This record gives sequence, structure tokens and C-alpha cells, in this order.
Amino acid sequence: MTDASNFSLMPALPEVFLALAGMVLLVAGVFRGNEGTRLICWATVGAFGVAAMFLLGLNWEQQITFGGLFIMDRFAGFMKLLVLIGLMLSMAISVRYLAQERINRFEYPILVLFAGLGMMFMISSNSLLTMYMGLELQSLSLYVLAAFRRDYIKSAEAGIKYFILGALASGMLLFGVSLVYGYTGSVGFTEIAAAVQAGDGPSAGLVIGLVFVLAGLAFKVSAVPFHMWTPDVYEGAPTSVTAFFAIVPKIAAMALLMRLLYGPFGSIIGDWQQIIWFLALASMIVGSFAAIAQTNIKRLMAYSSIGNMGYALIGVASGTVEGAGAVVLYLTIYMFMTAGVFAVILMMRRGGMEVDDIEDLGGLSKNSPLLAYALAILMFSMSGIPPMAGFFGKFFIFQAAIASEMYVLATLGILTSVVAAFYYLRVIKVMFFDDPVDVFDKQIAFSKRAVVLMSVVFVLLFIKYPDGLVQTSLNAASALFAG
Amino acid sequence: MVDFPILSLMTALPLIGALFIFFIRGDAETVDRNAKFTAFYCSTFTFALALFMLGRFDGTTADFQFVEKADWFPSLGISYHMGVDGISVFFVALSAFLTPLCILASWTSIKKRVKEYMIAFLVLETMMIGTFCALDAVLFYVFFEGVLIPMFLIIGVWGGPRRVYSAFKFFLYTLLGSVLMLLALLTMYFQVGTTDIPTLMENPVARDLQMWLWVAFFASFAVKMPMWPVHTWLPDAHVEAPTAGSVILAGVLLKMGGYGFLRFSLPMFPEASAYYADFVYWLSVIAIIYTSLVALVQEDMKKLIAYSSVAHMGFVTLGIFTATSQGIEGGIFQMISHGVISGALFLIVGVVYDRLHTREIARYGGIVKNMPKYATIFMIFMLGSVGLPGTSGFVGEFLTLLGAFRVDTTVALFATTGVVLGAAYMLVLYKRVVFGEAVNKDAAAMKDLDQREVFIFVPLVLLVIWLGVAPGYVMERISPSVDKLIAQYETALEQTQVIGVEPAAGETIWTPEAMPHD
Repeated sequence: MTDASNFSLMPALPEVFLALAGMVLLVAGVFRGNEGTRLICWATVGAFGVAAMFLLGLNWEQQITFGGLFIMDRFAGFMKLLVLIGLMLSMAISVRYLAQERINRFEYPILVLFAGLGMMFMISSNSLLTMYMGLELQSLSLYVLAAFRRDYIKSAEAGIKYFILGALASGMLLFGVSLVYGYTGSVGFTEIAAAVQAGDGPSAGLVIGLVFVLAGLAFKVSAVPFHMWTPDVYEGAPTSVTAFFAIVPKIAAMALLMRLLYGPFGSIIGDWQQIIWFLALASMIVGSFAAIAQTNIKRLMAYSSIGNMGYALIGVASGTVEGAGAVVLYLTIYMFMTAGVFAVILMMRRGGMEVDDIEDLGGLSKNSPLLAYALAILMFSMSGIPPMAGFFGKFFIFQAAIASEMYVLATLGILTSVVAAFYYLRVIKVMFFDDPVDVFDKQIAFSKRAVVLMSVVFVLLFIKYPDGLVQTSLNAASALFAG
Repeated sequence: MVDFPILSLMTALPLIGALFIFFIRGDAETVDRNAKFTAFYCSTFTFALALFMLGRFDGTTADFQFVEKADWFPSLGISYHMGVDGISVFFVALSAFLTPLCILASWTSIKKRVKEYMIAFLVLETMMIGTFCALDAVLFYVFFEGVLIPMFLIIGVWGGPRRVYSAFKFFLYTLLGSVLMLLALLTMYFQVGTTDIPTLMENPVARDLQMWLWVAFFASFAVKMPMWPVHTWLPDAHVEAPTAGSVILAGVLLKMGGYGFLRFSLPMFPEASAYYADFVYWLSVIAIIYTSLVALVQEDMKKLIAYSSVAHMGFVTLGIFTATSQGIEGGIFQMISHGVISGALFLIVGVVYDRLHTREIARYGGIVKNMPKYATIFMIFMLGSVGLPGTSGFVGEFLTLLGAFRVDTTVALFATTGVVLGAAYMLVLYKRVVFGEAVNKDAAAMKDLDQREVFIFVPLVLLVIWLGVAPGYVMERISPSVDKLIAQYETALEQTQVIGVEPAAGETIWTPEAMPHD
């Protein structure tokens, strides 16, 4: 462990760069006005790319800086890389959408950029304060993004709903943070870990504090019973924002959750394991059963993401390196799949308007067979059918669950995946078995097609070369257990 | 032995063919024609490889042959491991044999989306061959589950009026069983530390755990088989699937269940298998009698044959869990024979369905006059299904019943009534369709088999008779592997008794000493 008096900026170089880039682009946006949105969008993608380059150039061994507030290690490095890739993908597929929907205001890419910055701080936080700051920077940007189409009532509703519930969650989180601080005397993760380990068993106050913190974080990963906002926000927000919500923030929130639970509270796993256990099970059940009745594909994806977070939480609950590695792998695969699915959803336009009912995909296999194949492959992968990548994501999660002897959770979880398969299959059914409805608009969608292609190739070829990614995620996760 | 990876080649070849078809461009007609020919040549070549493999297969050893092993998840001890033994080699051959016939059978009857259809079939072939070759449990699972995707699409896109319902039922039923098997696999991995099938076979887990794992595997294989009472997806899937889909379903997919019992349940959970044997016997007997009776009252030809499949599979499960050499060899033989016969029967139905577009038995009658060739071929398969000596159907049924008789005479008694019922429903079917008054004008006007159709049926007829007259070729090659399986099984059971784990009250453990050995 490096000393706490280290104030080097180096480990935070990508964040520093992003912050500067954000400010420069903001100024550029102010001067150019909304004509420059397209340019700024791509500049943002470029900034994420450069940040990723900086990140790759960094030393990924554990370094703690800013007086112990900021940590950079293999886990942070990998998760941030994932977040940056997710940001690039979600930005790339939404540039044209913004113009089509006439919401191409330059604040959009800037907000995404700052949300991304917040996420990177969340991942690298080594103190409850950095955690909260990162979380709020992210959340505030997301609230605005949800309401970005301000002349559309559902979008405004989504923004307000998200804001009110999010503020409530932040309140709970802060309350929990204050309790943890009160009972351990510190906000730094390293110090908390020492304080938690010191006594004989945690005090009740600390556990209550932890429960509140968990409730706040569960809201961010939309785990049941803190999921109520998800379907409405997903449906109401502009589709490009929905894509962004589905692809990126969950990775950061899940990373933060893991960092918090395995780091400072790793020694009292018995006190939080059952909470995560319940969150996982409830999310899987609600995610799979509630999705059956959905007719809107954005709502469907909302429940799908709830269910998927449930599976990831199984890995978190296992409390082992293998479990954490499985979560990292699961999130990676989930990100690529979701990016592909949303790229397809963003292509669903008819007569210049976006359509988002599942039935609108009717007969897609006749009208645009390649798109239909791609979505079908992604849907099979989402439902966890081999040989697609999605299967291996679930495979390692359940392997971790079995290794931790959580048989009940594993059994119930895997049964919900059968229920979930039903609604993923329904999308395929609509595309392949139903009669065609009207053709989608022809559009130049180079970046979207590229994302779909990349996502499909990833999903299909994972089986051929799985070991590298499996190793990398395990390696990343092991950093969490180093301290 | 061969010095190139023949199993991987057979598995990959259809997939490569599918890829080629995917990239075929041009006007609709050219694409359709090229897709058909590519699929046919590709699957024929795979079959040629399968024959080559059979020729090189060493029938005197129980070891796995043509073994290939490569790293897959080296860090986790999960590898790409392929190989066949006497139990699996004929299933590989059967899959490779039926696919080209299926493609021929779909030549004219599939009119829409020919390209996709051929791709689905080739992918299906890859998955089927892979399932029977895989020697790593994870690899096996990947193929075993992967089958669902092309089959779901085949039923759903090219099926009959209730195709959507049937496709979903098929998919979800099978998936539900399989995921439980996945958990069991993971548990074994956690216990033994590997997913390598040969290693798992030699390291049975503790008895208490076996009881649970057996049930999880049973959930998967019983659905696939299908055993009563989880057979209800089968009649729906069969009726709605296009002809070739039904052929593959009955011919190969059902065999995956039986193969799974032989590869996993018996060798890996010997004590649990012995413990649950009675339970399986009675499920099998119920399947045999009940579904035969149900078959007797069917008005739809395909449904009748579907129910007969469930009954025939009842003999297989009965034979396998007797754990006698006759029972198991009979079970395997019955599966191979049923693969050929029921596949052929579905093709038979397909022939008249293509002409009249109905499967209702009452819409036919007296077609022997206008379709003599058809009637003859139909008769051969009908008799094969009944189990007439001289056809392949007899050998399997007889051996399984013999095995059952050695273990439990009551069970054998009830199971044998199934043979009589089987004769009843098949003869009734044959009589109503082929003989009698030609009351329906359109049925009486149907043309007899054309060259393509004759070409499809000739190899099937020859195979049914050859297997029936000279079962030795197959039996010799099955035997060593089955003997080894039984030897391992008996040793495992003896060990438990030596250690002194007394069977609980009401539990029967089959003791090899008590049985006459041939």
C-alpha cells in the first residue's frame, strides 16, 4: 500500500484529461451553438478514446493518491476501460438520432462526458466522499439527460421521476455514510476496513449504516425493490439516452458496489451477504416475470436490465474472487450485447418517426434479414443460450454461486432465466414468425451498423477465444482482494 | 485410427457450409437452388466422413477413439475434448445419415426462405454431431443446448398453423430441464475439479450428492427423451414441424436423452441410478402403455407416430436402467433403429402431406391402388415399428425386454403389452390409410413416389432390414463400451456395499451375483 501523503496526479490522468476536455468542449459548444453538436459528439467520442489510451498507458498496479481518496488498481483500470468503451459505443450510436429527433443540442455530449467522469471517479473511489461525489456528478448529469427532450411529456416525467427517486436514494446513501463515519471514525475505505476488522464483530450502528448505503447503491444498479424508476425512465427518456442508461452507468455502480463490499466491508460478509442475496433473487424474479407483459421494447429492455443486474448480484453475493471475476466478465458481455441491441432499436424508424413497440419488429427477417439475424443472435445470447457469449456470462456467475454453496439462489436464479428466455424469444418470434409490417426507413447508419456488427462478432466468437477475457476479468477482480 | 481431426471436421463442416450459404447472393431462384445443393453436398460429404469413421472405428476396445484435445479455458481445466466410443459412434453416424435425407426431403416442400432453412439445418447438424462427440461436459452442454436454436426456428418459421405455440413449448420445456443439468454440472465441477467426461466417470461423487445430481440430470434427459409425464411437448412439436424437422426430432434429438443417461447418469451416479431404477421402470411402463393407448385414438398421422415415439423411448429407458448388457445394448440398438424407422415414417407422412396437405387419417384410404410403391415402403417401416422379426425394430425391443425380464418380471410383463398395443395402432394406421375403400377422390388421384422420393427411401429400407437381419455389426461395436460401463457400474455398487452403506428400507440395489450371467 502506498502512503496516504501521495498527491500525484498521474493515476488520475484519464480523469484529469476528461475534465479538461469537457470544459473545452463546453466552451466550444457555447461559441458554436447547436450547429456544432455533431462535431462535439464525435469530439467527445475522441476524448473518451484518448482517455482510454491514457488509461492503458498507466501503471495498473495499486496506487493510492489524493491523500487516500483515489485508488487506481487493476480492477479500476479494467472497469474504467469498460466504461469508456461503453461511453464511446453509446455515443456513436446516438449522434444521428439526436439530429433525427431534433434534440441535437450541444449540452447532450457534454452531459454524457461529465456523467462518464463521475462514473470513473465512482470506480476509483477509495473513500465515502469520493464515492458520493462521483455518484452525484454522474446522477445529476443523468437526471438532465433523462429529461432531455423537454417538449415531450414522458421525457419530462422520466426526468422528474428519476430525480426525485434518485435524490431519495442519495439521501439514504448519505445517511448511511454518516452512520458508517460515526461508528468507524473515518470515511477512507482503508481506515474503515481496519476499524471494521478491529472489534469483535461490527456494531449495530455500522450495520444499519451499511444497509442504508446498500439501499442507495441498489437504486443505482436498479435492483429490486429499488427498481421502480427503471421502466418509466427507460421508456420516457429519448432512446439514445435509454441506450446510454442501459449500457454504462450500471457498470460503474456495480463496480462501486463491489469495491465497497469487498474492500472496507469484506470482513463482515456475513452481514451483507443475505442482503445482496435477496436483492439478486428479487431482481431476477421481477426482471423476468414483469417483462413478459411488456409490449414496448424499451420497457422490455428495462426489465431485462433489472434481471441482468440480478444475475450479476449473484456473483457479488458469492464473496469470492471467482464470483467477482464472474461479475466483471458478466458486465463486459452484457455491455457489448446491450450496445448491439440498442443500436438496432435506434434503427427502428418509420416515416421519419421512431417506433418502439415490439410488434413493430414484425417480419423484420423479411424486410432486413441481416438486422433480424443480428438481433436474433443477440436475443439468444441475452437469454443465455450457448454457444453465444451470454451463456458464458451466466455460466461463470452460476459456477461462482455453486462454489460458494448458494444452491437455492443458483437454482431459483437459473429457473428465472428460463422465464426470461420466453420474452427474449418473443422478440425473435415477432421478427421471424409474424407477418411483416411496414419496412423501416432506409437510413445511413454506418456507426450503428458497425456497433451491431461488432457486438454480434463478439457474441459469436467469444466461444472460440474465451480464455483471455476470462483471465483478464479474474485478474482485475483479484485486485479487489489484494488489500 | 486416422491422423486428422475427423470429429472436429465432421462437426465444423456443416457450419462452414452454412456460412457459404449465408454469403450466396443473386436472384431468388439461383440462391434457392445453390443453397439446396450446397447443403446437400455438404451434408453428404459429412456422411461420407462418418462412414469413413465407422470403417476406421476399432470395435474391440471400449476406449474413446479419434480423441482430440485442445485448450479452451486452460485456467479452469475446461478443454475442447472430442472422442467417440461404441455408445456414441452410431449416433454420430445416424445424425450424419439423416441430415442429407432431410435436405432431399425438403427439396420441393420448402418454398419460402429456402436459404435460411438450409442454414438452420446445417447448423442443427453441427450441434447434433457435436453433442455426441463432446467429451467435456461444458462442451456437451453447449452443443446440447445449441440444438434448441435452429430447431426453434425450423418449427417456428416453416411449421404448421400452431407453430408458434409448439416452438415455444419445445424450447422452454427443454431449456427448463437443461438449466438444472447445468447446475448439476457446475456442482460436479466444484466437487471433482474438472468437466472432463472420462475423468468424471471415474470419480463418482458422494452418494448423498449423487441423489440430487441424478435428479437434475434426469430433469434434462427425461424431457428430451421424452418420458411420461414430460412428453407433452413432443406431439405438438412433431405435428407442427415441417417433415424434415420431425425426422430430425424423432431421429436424433430424442436420442440425446438416452445418450445422456448412458454418458452421465449411469456411470457418474451409479448408486443413484440403482436407487431410482424402479422409479424409471414404472415411468417407462406407464409411457409404453399409456402413450400406446393414446396413439390408438389419434386422428392425425404425425401425432400417432409422435406418441408411438414416446412408447418406443419407454423401452429404451427401461432397458438402460436395468443396467444389464442386454438391456443397455438393446436400448442403444432400439434408439438407432427408432431413429431410422420413425424418421422414415415421418418422411412417409410427408410424402402424402405434400400431395394432399392434410395429415388427417380419414382423408386417405385405399391408396394402395394408385400408390403401390408407397404402400410397400410404408409397410416395411410399419412392420419395423411394430417390431417384426427381420426388421431392426425387433432386435431392440426384444433385448430391452430380455434385460427387463432379468431384473423385474412384473415390469417386463407390463412392458411387453406395449408390443401388442404397438402392433395394434400401427396396423390400424396402415389399414386406414392404405387399404379400404378409396372414398376420397383426391387421395385416389395421388401420384406414386417419384425418383427423388424413392432415392430417399431406398437407403432407409435397406438399413432397416440390414439392421434387423444382421445386427451383429452394430452389436459387436457397442458391446465393449457397454461391458465397460456395466463393469464400472457394478464395481461402484459393490464398493458401497463393502463400505457398509445399507440400502434404506424400500430401496432396491441390484446385485450382480443374483443374476444369471451369460
